Amino acid sequence: MTDPHQRPTRGMDGPRRGFRHGLLVSLTVPGLILAFSSAGFGALALDAGMSLGNAVFMMGIFFALPAQVVMMDQIARGGSVLGGALAVMLTGVRLLPMVVALMPLIRDERRIPWRQVLAVHAVAVTAWIEGMRRLPPLPEEQRLRHFLGIGTGLVLAALIGTAAGYVLAGTVPKIVSAVLLFLTPIYFFLSLLATSREAGDRVAVMAGALIGPVFYVLTPGLDLLLTGLIAGTLGHVAGRRWSGMWREDDDP
Amino acid sequence: MTSVLSTFEGTLIILAVALFMHEPFRWLGLYLGRNLSADSAIFTWVKAVSNAIVAALVMRLLLFPAGELAAVPLALRLVAFASGIGLYYASGRQMSVGVVGGAAVLVAGALLGK
Repeated sequence: MTDPHQRPTRGMDGPRRGFRHGLLVSLTVPGLILAFSSAGFGALALDAGMSLGNAVFMMGIFFALPAQVVMMDQIARGGSVLGGALAVMLTGVRLLPMVVALMPLIRDERRIPWRQVLAVHAVAVTAWIEGMRRLPPLPEEQRLRHFLGIGTGLVLAALIGTAAGYVLAGTVPKIVSAVLLFLTPIYFFLSLLATSREAGDRVAVMAGALIGPVFYVLTPGLDLLLTGLIAGTLGHVAGRRWSGMWREDDDP
Repeated sequence: MTSVLSTFEGTLIILAVALFMHEPFRWLGLYLGRNLSADSAIFTWVKAVSNAIVAALVMRLLLFPAGELAAVPLALRLVAFASGIGLYYASGRQMSVGVVGGAAVLVAGALLGK
């Protein structure tokens, strides 16, 4: 896998190249996995009685698969739109800390931050992981452009994937569908291992993986949020302790 | 099957829910993250919380899957998942090796189990 931004930059066209190199991320493993996951959503949408146009529109306007599936499922089963909307809010809260965590990497000093508003629309797990992984090595002034490219490419990949999944649903063997659904968790988890270089982040990942299923059984709907707060705080505290052992004068 | 999901009314519902109940979390993050520096304590905490949320999502997708993955036995899902992690480290942190390797173990196990 080649990292597009690691090529030497020539001339003054750095920012534009940053955008185009970002687009290319959609052709790497994460982009393909997102396209396949979106194909899974397309297949579910056909099953739920949704039109192709609405399925593609929903993919683009939400750009967060869990929220889409939750809302579609709720309405398809004859539940209230309000109930579906509340479930959407509960899955949407997890995007907030992701955007907050990404913000220092996509600073924009201009007065009207429309580029950032556009950029954060792409924030869902895939773009977030790729941003946290690819932006820090870049010069600060190239990061926002590069992330806009990553986001644009990933949204396009998701739209194409949704349409393809909708049209092809039911024609692929069952084992292929099963593998498509398996790609998302394994890719997400390996990305977490790749981005968690600090002890605190690693503790947060392990604790989240262990207590997540417990909360899913005990408090479905609130499981992601509660797990995030508890396991994240645990990891944060553990990380501070560890670094504190090396730098004792740090203590308040 | 005709559902509101296939109508223009459905399009408007999707638009309204996305704009009023989903996207605002991203805007709020933009606002709250504005004055944060990358090495502040609040930043490392928020990063840890996001990491934990994604880890929990991973386990949910793996242990309580939807669709055809639910037909694959839990033990095989876990073995394939662990193989992917093992191959990732064995290959010197190559993400594509871990992903493709884990998927290959899943297919092989499913075909052998038939």
